[in-house]
Amino acid sequence: MAETSNIQTLTVEASTEHLAKVRNFVAAHAEQIGLDQKDVSEIRLAVDEAYTNIIKHAYKNDAKMNVNIEIGSNGEQLWISLMDEGKSFDPSSYNEPDLMQRIKEKKRGGMGVYLIRKLMDQVQYNRTGHTNEIRMVKKL
Amino acid sequence: MKNFSIATRQKQNVSILDIKGELDAHTASHLENALKSLIDEENYSIVVNCSGLDYIASAGLGVFMAYIEDVRSLGGDIKLTNMNDRVYNVFDLLGFPTLYDILRDEEEALESFEN
Repeated sequence: MAETSNIQTLTVEASTEHLAKVRNFVAAHAEQIGLDQKDVSEIRLAVDEAYTNIIKHAYKNDAKMNVNIEIGSNGEQLWISLMDEGKSFDPSSYNEPDLMQRIKEKKRGGMGVYLIRKLMDQVQYNRTGHTNEIRMVKKL
Repeated sequence: MKNFSIATRQKQNVSILDIKGELDAHTASHLENALKSLIDEENYSIVVNCSGLDYIASAGLGVFMAYIEDVRSLGGDIKLTNMNDRVYNVFDLLGFPTLYDILRDEEEALESFEN
């Protein structure tokens, strides 16, 4: 069994003003366990996209709501979970973005999930009761 | 907003936006307002100098997506320059280099507007 290392948690209100704090929180953990700058950058971006999606889609910019973030690692992997109690996300509704099409239709957004999947090795969505969880894993 | 700043300057007939710091869903509106002002003032030849840009998330890329068609249809372009490797990588992951003019430096961008 892999040894369990430190798990850290952060609870923040669902507001873009906390984005930098959330990114720095996960980056600090990733740096602490010795990840290189490329991996740290990818983790920062993945958590940014996941948290931004919760703010915009799960909570519709209601900053009174909270997001719980957990980051942990063992010898084999680093994982980040974000939990909210907003509108659920249907992962089957996700498509790889067609950039040209989006530009023509003047749509923006919809790129976050694609980026997360590119940046992380594993992404899972769960809904338990009223809680949505996105769990992102990077193999070490 | 402490972690993002933007300044506009003019070189020949080209408007240059110098962006610095971190561009995310919180700071993207600054870039959006700056681009909107340029377009409202009929400046359609735009260079975004990213030399001070440390970080970009998809919300930042969304701003470039929202205005490129309008600017091009008015005979201009939005060209991006001086990106560091980490920032370029995000543009690359989303396929931007095939649709946007991403150049090494400002001089190259100014030259390409002349041609």
